[in-house]
Amino acid sequence: MDKNINVLIVDDYRTMLRIIRNLLKQLEFNNVDEAVDGQEALAKLRAGNFGLVISDWNMAPMTGLDLLKEVRADQRLKNMPFIMITAESKTENVVAAKQAGVSNYIVKPFNAETLREKIEKVLVHA
Amino acid sequence: MPDGTPQGQEGDKIETTVRAVLASMAGDLTAKESALLAELEGLGRTIARAKAEIAALKVEDIRDAHIPSATDELDAIVDHTAHATNEILDCCETLEQLQSGISGESAEKLQGAVTRIYEACSFQDITGQRIGKVVTALKAIESRISAVVSAASGMVSANSAPEAAAAGAANPQNDKRTEGEKLANGPQLPGSGVSQSEIDRLLASFD
Repeated sequence: MDKNINVLIVDDYRTMLRIIRNLLKQLEFNNVDEAVDGQEALAKLRAGNFGLVISDWNMAPMTGLDLLKEVRADQRLKNMPFIMITAESKTENVVAAKQAGVSNYIVKPFNAETLREKIEKVLVHA
Repeated sequence: MPDGTPQGQEGDKIETTVRAVLASMAGDLTAKESALLAELEGLGRTIARAKAEIAALKVEDIRDAHIPSATDELDAIVDHTAHATNEILDCCETLEQLQSGISGESAEKLQGAVTRIYEACSFQDITGQRIGKVVTALKAIESRISAVVSAASGMVSANSAPEAAAAGAANPQNDKRTEGEKLANGPQLPGSGVSQSEIDRLLASFD
């Protein structure tokens, strides 16, 4: 598992971005960039060279699910590992994310071990 | 009251009219008819009283003062908890810097404690989203009260707009939200959502 990849974390709560960034640092992922909604994330993904997206769902003006669909529809980004970290915990949300092509799904509140396990899983299969 | 007559006047008018009818017919009515008219008079009073009570709700106070005050207080809670959470995170980052100066079991314990604090601090996101749901509910209540008062006073005003918007949103053909927006329900109450292990099983079932 290459820990030198660029990781983009997307969340409209700055505190959450800081928490995820610090947890990633503990997991030795040091190349981390941030976006506060799907639109900003998509612009950064198209302009940059990322190896993993970790995104919240409930954001405006573009939700995490809509970002995921845009990523999967983009020829250059379509194989990007994409983990959803969200408080959305209804079955319909998980199913919709899976159908849109999510690589893994973490429900908030989560622990560091779950984050490590899911990242490892998606990067091994990437 | 479609003609826009003030409610107090309306109530007085109903009562005066019913009394006048009763007085003019007093000698000609049977006991049954008198009882019926008395019932009508009582009904008129009840309607007038209900209208007065609805008017006394002072929807302007609810719309202009109570709801904004409540939402401001809730916003302040989110701000204060965010500030406190960031203070805690500052301390954690300092501890992590100090961790490089120690080694062995102590360093591991310190790392473990800091990780647990990071995990616990995600409460701020969840509580923020829950408070957002409460604010949305308050605004819906405000809209409904405005609509009830407008209907009771017979006024068709701008207060009806939220009702029309709600009706539009309820119609799937008028709903312009994306799938992501439609499914954004926020945190569920304990027992309502699925757990991480259930999500893992659900995802595995697609493979």
